[in-house]
Amino acid sequence: MNTANAEAGQTENPKQSVNSRRALLFKLSVLLNGVVGAVLAVPIGGYILGSAFKKGSSYDSWVALGAIDEFPEGETRLVDYRNPVTAPWDGQTGSAACWVRRISGDRFQVFAINCAHLGCPVRWFSQSKLFLCPCHGGAYYADGSRASGPPPRGLFEYRHKISGGQLMISAGEMPTLATEACATDPQRIGHPSCHS
Amino acid sequence: MQCGLVVYNWIERRLGLAKPIVEAAKHPIPASSASWWYVFGSAATVLLGLQVVTGILLGLVYVPSAGEAWNSLQFLNHHVTLGWFLRALHGWGSNFMIAIVLIHMAQVFLFGAYKFPRELTWIIGVCLLLLTLGMAFTGQVLRFDQDAYWGLGIGASIMSRVPLLGAPLVHALLGGPIIAGATLSRFFTLHVFVIPGLLLFSAGLHVWMVLRLGINEWPMPGRLVRKSTYEREYDEQVRMDGIPFVPGAAWKDAVFAAAIILTVVACAFFFGPFGPSGQPDPTIIQTAPKPDFAFLWIYAVLAFLPPALETPFLLIVPVIIIGSLLLLPLVAGEGEKHWSRRPVAVLMVAVIAVTLGVFTRLGTYTPWSPIMNAWTSDPVPPQYLAGRTPLERQGSLVLQEKQCRNCHSLGGVGGQRGPALDSIASRMTEDQIIRQVLQGGGNMPSYGNALNPAETTALVHFLLSLHGQGLQPAVDASRRLIPSSDSGTTQGQH
Repeated sequence: MNTANAEAGQTENPKQSVNSRRALLFKLSVLLNGVVGAVLAVPIGGYILGSAFKKGSSYDSWVALGAIDEFPEGETRLVDYRNPVTAPWDGQTGSAACWVRRISGDRFQVFAINCAHLGCPVRWFSQSKLFLCPCHGGAYYADGSRASGPPPRGLFEYRHKISGGQLMISAGEMPTLATEACATDPQRIGHPSCHS
Repeated sequence: MQCGLVVYNWIERRLGLAKPIVEAAKHPIPASSASWWYVFGSAATVLLGLQVVTGILLGLVYVPSAGEAWNSLQFLNHHVTLGWFLRALHGWGSNFMIAIVLIHMAQVFLFGAYKFPRELTWIIGVCLLLLTLGMAFTGQVLRFDQDAYWGLGIGASIMSRVPLLGAPLVHALLGGPIIAGATLSRFFTLHVFVIPGLLLFSAGLHVWMVLRLGINEWPMPGRLVRKSTYEREYDEQVRMDGIPFVPGAAWKDAVFAAAIILTVVACAFFFGPFGPSGQPDPTIIQTAPKPDFAFLWIYAVLAFLPPALETPFLLIVPVIIIGSLLLLPLVAGEGEKHWSRRPVAVLMVAVIAVTLGVFTRLGTYTPWSPIMNAWTSDPVPPQYLAGRTPLERQGSLVLQEKQCRNCHSLGGVGGQRGPALDSIASRMTEDQIIRQVLQGGGNMPSYGNALNPAETTALVHFLLSLHGQGLQPAVDASRRLIPSSDSGTTQGQH
């Protein structure tokens, strides 16, 4: 190998210089494709990650749950609504449900049905005044606070308002520990009902 | 005949594949490796083939749309000729593939086959295991029913626990803010294009490396693997007693593969397809979601973690498990191969198998979950009402009405979240029962707000009548120290 290199260095034959030019051209062509790949990767990455990095608060909007007269005082009721953002092919999955608790008068609490542990649908038992989760046995009191079991916190609570006699909630996103409805509103952070 | 040979020669002259294929089939392997213990890898490959074929056939009918997927599965089950059978084959094939891959892995581990020079074969094998589990999870999502819907909710909830990146990860998993059409579309893409592509490619590499490096020889106690000498020793052994893979060992692979496929066919025929269960409608909350068999152990583990430990456990333990599986051959690439000289390895396999088995078993009957309809469907056993006072009987009504049975069993019927109440009065005194009912604690909610004083009194009296057959009621030992003249006033203070 060493002798071959030494001979090549001495003779400088034309074939060798052509080869080194081809090697350089090949390296340039690889570089060119690297650049093209990077140009392609940016929009593809943007396409893949688009849904991931959309601001969470932009999903939420006000949804009417019904006239406040429909909710008897002191009771907690399951209410279905259509998610504000859906695609035509979402079918039933575009619907959602929440627990509406009318404490008295204009005082409401609206809970997500998703358990704060792993998102399973909690059920309200009015006799024992508990929400129970079927998956791992999480339990919550009537005000949504954690009663027992594996949940790390109380039930997720939607922001609500009463407008023209209608109960409205700010919804649009599946509530999880990272995407709870309250946390996106700076005014509500630290609010006792947010448990945040 | 002559014509066929001409055609074959014409193709082979241009394609040139028959010669290397025949060479690979006839490559010599150690005679000791032509064993029934060495059939699991090929069986897993054959099952992968079955999954590809049945998957493509299901794709002829399945509609990957959140609004229609569930209907198309019902259509497959009931209106497409033998559609139910193809679904059953695919579902049972998936279960068998996971089982065979795990057995294959345990065998390779116990036979020390991951050691030099087959470290990379093991590492790619670990990736194949993860891809197989990925296929199982995404496949469960494609069976777009209630379990799939809430299983995605569990997946999103786990993702949401990742610090800082929680929200983007949830949105990436779901393809948007909620579990809906975009979610199903991306899991369809994963299940049908991305993971199968990676799986077939990795399986190809895996088999290529087995051919290139030779199948692991039957380990002998005391014959140590050394990087400096192993390859020479292996070549020598193959030269000494090598036999061609085909037919020497291949007939056992073929027989076992046929038996496995026949078993899958039998299970599919006799037990039928999996689901779909209820419609994926989040407004139907009367459901107790459960993952498929392969993930039941995770579902069970998640019931037992204390809240403060759960997030660290979920984020750290998978990294440790996968990391140690990947690093195993790099750390222990040399040395003893035989299981009889590797007690720790044998113990690890045993402990892991028993642990997975126990948690899977627990996952099948979920003792930690309240039984939501126990309070209306399971009556108080009559023997617990016989000879009771009216107040105690009233207490039994309170027990039913306040859903105590959802978590506590009587006569073996009811929830298992809390302790059985059949002999509660032999374990707890009146004071302790009152405190426990009103204030809760020890994983029981407090019922102070849900019971009025009359209900509490009745309930406690009923519970005090439950002290089991022949057992004495629990007593407060400190009471004996109080002079008898004071005891009346103490009791009067309740």
